[in-house]
Amino acid sequence: MAVVIVLLIVVLLALVVAVVGAPLRARARSELPAGQRPGAVEQPGADADGEEQALLAELHAAREAKYQEIRDAELDYRTGKLSREDFDAIDAALRAEAIEILDRLEAAQEGRREVGGEEITPT
Amino acid sequence: MAGLGFACLLLALGVCLYGIGASLYGVRSGRVEFSESGRRAVYALAGILTVAFAVLEVAFLRNDFTFNTVADTSSRTTPAFYRAAAVWSSQEGSLLLWAWLLSLWSSLALFLTRRRMRDVAAYATAILLGLGGFFVALMVFYANPFATTRPAPAEGVGLDPLLRFPTMMIHPPMLYSGYTLCTIPLAFGMGALLARRVDADWIKAIRRFSFAAWLFLGAGILLGARWSYSELGWGGYWGWDAVENASLMPWLTGTAFLHSLMIQEKRGMLKVWNVSLVLATGTLAVMGTFLVRSGILNSIHAFGGATLGVPFVVLIGTLIAGSIYLVVSRREMLRSSHRLDSLLSRESIFIANNLVLVGLCFVIFWGTYFPLISEALTGQEASVGPPWFDRYTVPLALVLVLLSGVGPVIAWRRATLANARRNFLVPVLCALATFAVLVLAGVHGKPLALAMFCCAAFVFGSIAQEFVRGTRARMAIAGEPAPAALFGLIRRNRRRYGGYVVHVGIAVLFVGVAASSSFQHASELSLSPDQSTRVGAYTVRYVRPTATITPRYDEAHTGSTLALGAQLEVTKGGRYVATLNPSEGFYASQDASQGTVGSLIGGQPVSHVAINAGITRDVWSAIAPDIEAPLLQRIVKVGNSTLSSEEALVAIGYLARAYLRSPPPAQFHFIVSPLVMWIWIGGLIVFGGGLIAIWPAPSTVRRRAAARARARAVRGLARV
Repeated sequence: MAVVIVLLIVVLLALVVAVVGAPLRARARSELPAGQRPGAVEQPGADADGEEQALLAELHAAREAKYQEIRDAELDYRTGKLSREDFDAIDAALRAEAIEILDRLEAAQEGRREVGGEEITPT
Repeated sequence: MAGLGFACLLLALGVCLYGIGASLYGVRSGRVEFSESGRRAVYALAGILTVAFAVLEVAFLRNDFTFNTVADTSSRTTPAFYRAAAVWSSQEGSLLLWAWLLSLWSSLALFLTRRRMRDVAAYATAILLGLGGFFVALMVFYANPFATTRPAPAEGVGLDPLLRFPTMMIHPPMLYSGYTLCTIPLAFGMGALLARRVDADWIKAIRRFSFAAWLFLGAGILLGARWSYSELGWGGYWGWDAVENASLMPWLTGTAFLHSLMIQEKRGMLKVWNVSLVLATGTLAVMGTFLVRSGILNSIHAFGGATLGVPFVVLIGTLIAGSIYLVVSRREMLRSSHRLDSLLSRESIFIANNLVLVGLCFVIFWGTYFPLISEALTGQEASVGPPWFDRYTVPLALVLVLLSGVGPVIAWRRATLANARRNFLVPVLCALATFAVLVLAGVHGKPLALAMFCCAAFVFGSIAQEFVRGTRARMAIAGEPAPAALFGLIRRNRRRYGGYVVHVGIAVLFVGVAASSSFQHASELSLSPDQSTRVGAYTVRYVRPTATITPRYDEAHTGSTLALGAQLEVTKGGRYVATLNPSEGFYASQDASQGTVGSLIGGQPVSHVAINAGITRDVWSAIAPDIEAPLLQRIVKVGNSTLSSEEALVAIGYLARAYLRSPPPAQFHFIVSPLVMWIWIGGLIVFGGGLIAIWPAPSTVRRRAAARARARAVRGLARV
C-alpha cells in the first residue's frame, strides 16, 4: 500500500512538472531571437508588441461597450424615458464617440499590419 | 491514503510558490512563457487539490476513523449523504474546501482570460496563488485534514445534529464559492492597478465573475437563513449573528460594484470608487472566513481554533495595506475627465444606490466588530443586538428598495422632468393604491412595514411598465406577436431585463421580511394532552404525544437516539388549518459518567421544528418535552444501574413507552408568520434574474449585433 501511494505521488509530481513546464519547454524548442535568451537585454519590440495588443483589446472592449450604450439609448427612447430631442442629441454624441473608437481601432490595426503583426480580433 | 493527501498539500504549496515567482518574473521581464507557466500552476493546483479532496471524501465514505477529522465529525450510523458532506463540517475540511474551490474558480477565470490582458492576468495569477498558498499553508502547519491517529477508534463521534439538514450541507459550498469568487475580481483589480490598466477590457473580464460571486454568495446567505428558520428552534431566519453579517457585507459591496461598474463602462467615471469596491469586497470575503476560525466572536457558526487568528490578521492587514497603497499611488491614472450630465439620470440613481449599500455595509461592520473595538479600548466586552441593527438598517433598506424602482424608469445620461413625471405615474399609483388597500384592510400600526409594502408596489409597477413598454416597442419594430417580442426583448437585453427581474425578486423578498417580522404572532405555551389554547386568531390543541427511537424509525436520519414530541392541531375560527408534529431529539454523548442509559440521551438536545408553510402564512412550532420528569428519570436511573451498554437501548424503548402512556406537560414555542414563503420565492426570483443577466449571448449573435451597430453608427454620423 505504501509503495502504491509513493508511486501515485511520483506520478502526480511528474504530471505537475509536465503541465507547468510545458510553456518553458516549448519556448526552449522554438528558435529564440537574441533578445529573448535568458540574461540578454530586452528588445523594445517585445514590450511594444504587448502594448499594442493591450491597446487593441482595450479598443475592442470600448467599442462593444459603446455599441451597447447606443442600443440602450434607443431602448430608453422607445420605452418613453427619453424625449425625441434628447434621444437625437445623445444618439449623435454616442455615434460620434463610436466612430472615434472605430477610427482609433482601425489606426491601431493598420499600424500592426505595417509591422507584420496579425490582426487581433476579440475571442 | 492520508500520506497521499498530505503529500498533495505539500506539492500544492510548492506549486503555489513556484507559480507566484514564475508569474511575477514573467510579467516583469516580458518572458511570456513564464507567465504562461504561472497560469498553468493554477491549473495544476486545482488538479492536486481535487486529488486531496477526493482522498478525504473517500475516507469519510469508507468510515476510515484513522483520519482525525473523520473520527471527530462522522460515524458508521451517519447516513452516506451526510458523511459525504461532513467533509466541510470541520475546520480542517472546510479549509480544504475553500482552497479547492478557490483553485477551481481561479483556473476558470484564468482560462477564460488566457488570450487577454496578459500583464494584468499575470499579476492576478500571483495574487490568486498567494491566497491559495495561504490556505494550503494553514492546512500544512496548523490544521491538517490528513492528520491520523492509530489505532483508529472503533466508532466516530458523529455529525453535529444541527448540521443534519440538507440545506445546511449545501450552504457551505455555495457560501465558499461566493467567497472564493470574490477573490477573482480582487486579484484582477490589484493586477490592473499593478499593470496600470484599469480600462474597458478589465471591466469586461471581471464583470461575469463579480456577478457569479454575488449570485453564489446570495444563495449561500439565503440557504443559511432557511436552515436557521427550519432547524434552530427559535423561529427566525436572521439574527444578526456575526458570521451572518460577515457574509452579508461583501454581498452588499458586491451589489454596489455591479451597479457602479455600469457607470464606468458607459462614462469612464468612478474608477477609484470601483477599484476600491472590488478590493473591499474581496477583503471582506477573507474577513468573513477569518471570523469563523479565529474564535474572536461568539457564533453558532464558529469553528473556534484561536490558532488561525494571527495568520488571518496578517493576511487581512496585507490586503488592506496593499489595496490602499495601490489606489493612492495610481490615483492619477484613475482620474476621469467625464462628469455627470444631470442629477436626473440613471447614473445619479446608481450613485445614490451605491451610497446606501455602502452605508448599510458600514452599519453592519460597526455593529459586528464593535465588541472587538470596545474590548480593545475599554477592556470590557460589549455587544449590539438585533434591535440596534434594525434601527439603522431598516430605513436604509427602505431607501434601497425605493431606488431599485426609480432606477429602471430613468434614462442614462439625462432625463427631463416631463418624461420623469410620465414614467413615474404608474409606479406611484401602484404605491398609493397599495397604501389605500392596506389601510382599508386594517393593516396599520407598523409604519415601516407599510412603507416597505408601498415601496415594493412602486418597484413592481415600474418594472412591469418597463416590460410592457419594451415588449410593445419590439412588437412595433420587429412585427412579432407579444410572447415572441417579450422573449426577443429579454434575449437581446439580458443584462437590463435580468437586472429588472432581480429587482423584483429583492422587492418580493423584502415584502416577506417586513410582513413576517412586523406581523408575527408568537407565544410560549405549556400544554398537556387534550389541552388547547388561543394564539391570536388561532386555536392550538395538543392531540397526542409522539416518540421515535433509532435505528428503525429515524426516517429523517437525524441520528437521535430518542425523539419525543407531540401532535398539534391548529384551527382558526373553527376551520382546520394544520397538523404539526414538532419533536426534540436526544442524542448520545461521550460522557460515560452519565451511565449506560443516560449517555445514550445525554448529548445536546436538538429541536426538530414543525412547519406548515403556505402562500399567506407559515405556522411554526417547536417543543421542549420534559425529559427531567420523575417517571422518565426513574427509568434512566434503573437502567443505568442494571443494564450494560449493549442492553441499554432496551431502556430507551421503555422511556418512549412511558412518555406515550403518561406524557408530562410540554413547553411549546408557537409562531404564525405572514408571508415567510415569499422570502424564499423572492430569493429564487433573484437567482433566476441573475442567471438571465449573466448568460452570454451566442458568439454569432454577438458578431452580428456588432456588425449592425457599426453600420448604424457610420450611417447615423453621415446623416448628422
